[in-house]
Amino acid sequence: MIDIQNVSSVFDTPDGQLTAVDDVSLHVPEGSIQGIIGFSGAGKSTLLRTMNLLERPRSGRVIIDGTDLLGLDVHQLRTARHGIGMVFQHFNLLNNLTVQKNVELSLKFAGVGRTERRRAAAEALDIVDLADKAGSYPAQLSGGQKQRVGIARALATQPRVLLCDEPTSAVDPRTTASVLQYLSDVNARLGITLVIVTHEMNVIKAIADNVAVMEDGRVVERFDLTALQNPGFVPATPIGRYLITDDIELDRRPRANTVAPADAARYSRV
Amino acid sequence: MFDRLIELWPEIVLALAQTGTMLIVSIPLAILLGTPLGILLYGIGPTGLHHRPRLHRVLDGTVNVIRSFPFLILLIAIIPITRFIVGSSIGTAAVIVPLTINAIPYFARFVEQNLSQLDGGVVEAARSMGASRGQIIRDVLLVEARPALVTSITIMTVSFISYSAMAGLVGGGGIGDFAIRYGYYRYETDIMIAAIVLLVVIVQIVQVSGSRLSRSLDKRL
Repeated sequence: MIDIQNVSSVFDTPDGQLTAVDDVSLHVPEGSIQGIIGFSGAGKSTLLRTMNLLERPRSGRVIIDGTDLLGLDVHQLRTARHGIGMVFQHFNLLNNLTVQKNVELSLKFAGVGRTERRRAAAEALDIVDLADKAGSYPAQLSGGQKQRVGIARALATQPRVLLCDEPTSAVDPRTTASVLQYLSDVNARLGITLVIVTHEMNVIKAIADNVAVMEDGRVVERFDLTALQNPGFVPATPIGRYLITDDIELDRRPRANTVAPADAARYSRV
Repeated sequence: MFDRLIELWPEIVLALAQTGTMLIVSIPLAILLGTPLGILLYGIGPTGLHHRPRLHRVLDGTVNVIRSFPFLILLIAIIPITRFIVGSSIGTAAVIVPLTINAIPYFARFVEQNLSQLDGGVVEAARSMGASRGQIIRDVLLVEARPALVTSITIMTVSFISYSAMAGLVGGGGIGDFAIRYGYYRYETDIMIAAIVLLVVIVQIVQVSGSRLSRSLDKRL
């Protein structure tokens, strides 16, 4: 479904060129859920953004559903994007439009007529159980609800692929579960291929079939999530091993018993 | 004083009508022409959808030049243009030309600023949905900037009520000119105060209704 071949993405910065994605190839089978994990700056979001050409890679091929996106002209690319939904960390909803109108926006851009827009948007809102919020404005919703509107907006045009850029990074853990549940349902019921970028391993463990671990613009490791059921499984790379443990390890110093002399002097004056 | 006010009433009404005409023509024209200019300035600017550094510099500079002119000097400097457009260099119609020429870049700046202050995320979302540039401008940027644009129109209208007072210089009339003629030149201070009170009321009405409209359009809560 998604075939990324030798993609490299380079940014010009004031300090010279920055290779955000370095010769990455990735195949995502139809109907599967692909996780991409890594720390900040690993290039995972940039890689995701090449999948609908929000970021144009310097080299390589981006093949979605059999079409090489880099070979399309502006109009063809816009048409192709109607079939590739995207969900964002900060939702990116329009504040001045109602929930209904926000969802209709993707349909409007796809050239869908007014009545059909209304119907399809209502249907998409139904999938994320927000039909009752159609007339609300985003500011009146919780973070989780906003993300569900984002999902509905992406689904309304009936895409075959849904790209999720840190979809749960701006919501609390309980809301994370709910958002992931909706994404999982979307995948199961509608057969939509999902790509989820995150820095949280528990998100990957909860939802993904496969995961690609990124570091410094490269995919350094990938594995099937069923591998984690094997207690003896150990990721091949240090970053992979680090990511699958949820523990935060600190180098904790022994606690000092007395206040340091300099501080003591400051406090005595009070 | 009231006798004098009643005596001058027809002239006050005429002056109000002249001020009204100047604003009713120049402000909508400025919005009509300044909005695309502002969108263009934003669009080809560093954060825009279609960065064109050289063209942006030229346009940006032109806007600055027009905005630098003190209105009084602009009024006189463009007399030939005014005469060409409305056929005369005196009267209310003649003031509308410099007012509009001043207001277009003034409003364009507001539009540019309001657009560049929007969160880039919505534009990105629109691009991901396959929106064209025109759709991004119409259905995303202008929608999100609407409350700010209404505030800008309000500020512009208030400024131009003040600018229109200089219309007297070319026989354009208006309530400001009325205050200058009777109050300043003829030492009828109470008439001047009455005219100024009238201006204060007009500005209040414009400001309050503008703020109210802007607030009702703003759904960020």
